[in-house]
Amino acid sequence: MSSIAAADEHVSAAPAKIIQPAWVRTMHWINAIAMILMITSGWQIYDASPLFGFSFPRDITLGGWLAGGLLWHFAAMWLLMVNGLAYLVTGLATGRFRRKLLPITPSGVSHDLKAALTFKLAHDDLTVYNSVQRLLYAGIIVVGVLIVLSGLSIWKPVQLYWLVSLFGDYPTARYVHFFCMAAICAFLVVHVALALLVPRSLRAMVIGR
Amino acid sequence: MAKRSFLIPGVDKRLLIKDTLKMMPDLTRRRFLTGGASLGALTLLTGCDVVDSSSAEEMLKQVSKFNDAVQAFIFNPDALAPTFPESAITKPFPFNAYYDLDEAPEVDGKAWKLEVRGLVDDKRSWTLDELYRLPQVTQITRHICVEGWSAIGSWTGTPLRDFLKLVGADMRAKYVWFQCADKDGYNSPLDMRTALHPQTQMTFGFAGETLPRAYGFPMKIRVPTKLGFKNPKYVLSMEVTNDYKGGYWEDQGYNSFSGN
Repeated sequence: MSSIAAADEHVSAAPAKIIQPAWVRTMHWINAIAMILMITSGWQIYDASPLFGFSFPRDITLGGWLAGGLLWHFAAMWLLMVNGLAYLVTGLATGRFRRKLLPITPSGVSHDLKAALTFKLAHDDLTVYNSVQRLLYAGIIVVGVLIVLSGLSIWKPVQLYWLVSLFGDYPTARYVHFFCMAAICAFLVVHVALALLVPRSLRAMVIGR
Repeated sequence: MAKRSFLIPGVDKRLLIKDTLKMMPDLTRRRFLTGGASLGALTLLTGCDVVDSSSAEEMLKQVSKFNDAVQAFIFNPDALAPTFPESAITKPFPFNAYYDLDEAPEVDGKAWKLEVRGLVDDKRSWTLDELYRLPQVTQITRHICVEGWSAIGSWTGTPLRDFLKLVGADMRAKYVWFQCADKDGYNSPLDMRTALHPQTQMTFGFAGETLPRAYGFPMKIRVPTKLGFKNPKYVLSMEVTNDYKGGYWEDQGYNSFSGN
């Protein structure tokens, strides 16, 4: 067995680098499931009293009716919060956030954005994020924190009144919650499209390499 | 401006019917959790049909019970709901129920008596005049509906905890259970700690006037630390009890604690 392993190592001159460690992959996919549950059940709740002049089509909402949507939302929130908190702690403690997401400079972002829009952005080394990726990934973490804080404000506006005052008042926290959802949906569209354009990045998020 | 018919001044009839219908269960639903066709994607992700199965429904009920416990744990009996100046009052204050305003109970205030039952020393019924003589306070607080919308109103009445003391209620009991005159028999349990919250009020007046029919004449229980559907209107009786007797909305799947 050892000879086979040695031969393998020999063939691929350098052992393939782990791009996404196991904890990132695990939390990424748990988060993906939690997000889909939260967004589709959230649409159900939105439809009970729309903030704007539109409703989400019934077929893309979760829960069947308001009570069902609420049950899903307040169940999936635990998955989202526990997983999200573990992700933040691990990301900060291991230095991954600092290493992968910083620095973000305006010149770097504008340079890489231009390159991306003209399809000239290189993806040779998936272990290094370009400036646009850094900005989007760091940004979506901030949005993730905001959507949880505004959600907690809507859920417990009396017990967590100090959190509500961070947003102004209850109705404002509702709007913040909605716009964070919209930002996450916009991110999802770009994120999934780009992952499909660079399939190696999707593979890395599944098997690590 | 389009011509609109008003049942109560300033409240659009069509809008309030629309609002009411949204909160009602879909008559065609067989289970309240079954979602739409798009949830096939979720089935693929999880490898099992979680959305349609009764085990999912059971899981969600268990999580909802867990959420009851979490909410009871973080409930601070001293935390007051924010109060507002009169200028912040929402006008018109929306009518909201699972029926049209036409169908709202018409209670005869002269014949009405509040029935007091269960773990109390004094079980006699109270006339409206007797209740009106109790010391009253006014609060301007935000009513938050389970649907998400909110409105600020001014409510005047007697703190429920003062009344419970007066009738010698067992304050260690778990619930105060309210039965109301709404069609189809609305009822709702209120946990004792919330019942004893300083802002929980037996409400007899709205915006400086006698509580109108639209908002629950002759008596509503105003609970600013709970979602709107746990603020009983047209109250007929209250029972101090250790038994969980369920409630109109609670039994249909709405979270029972539903605290703010």
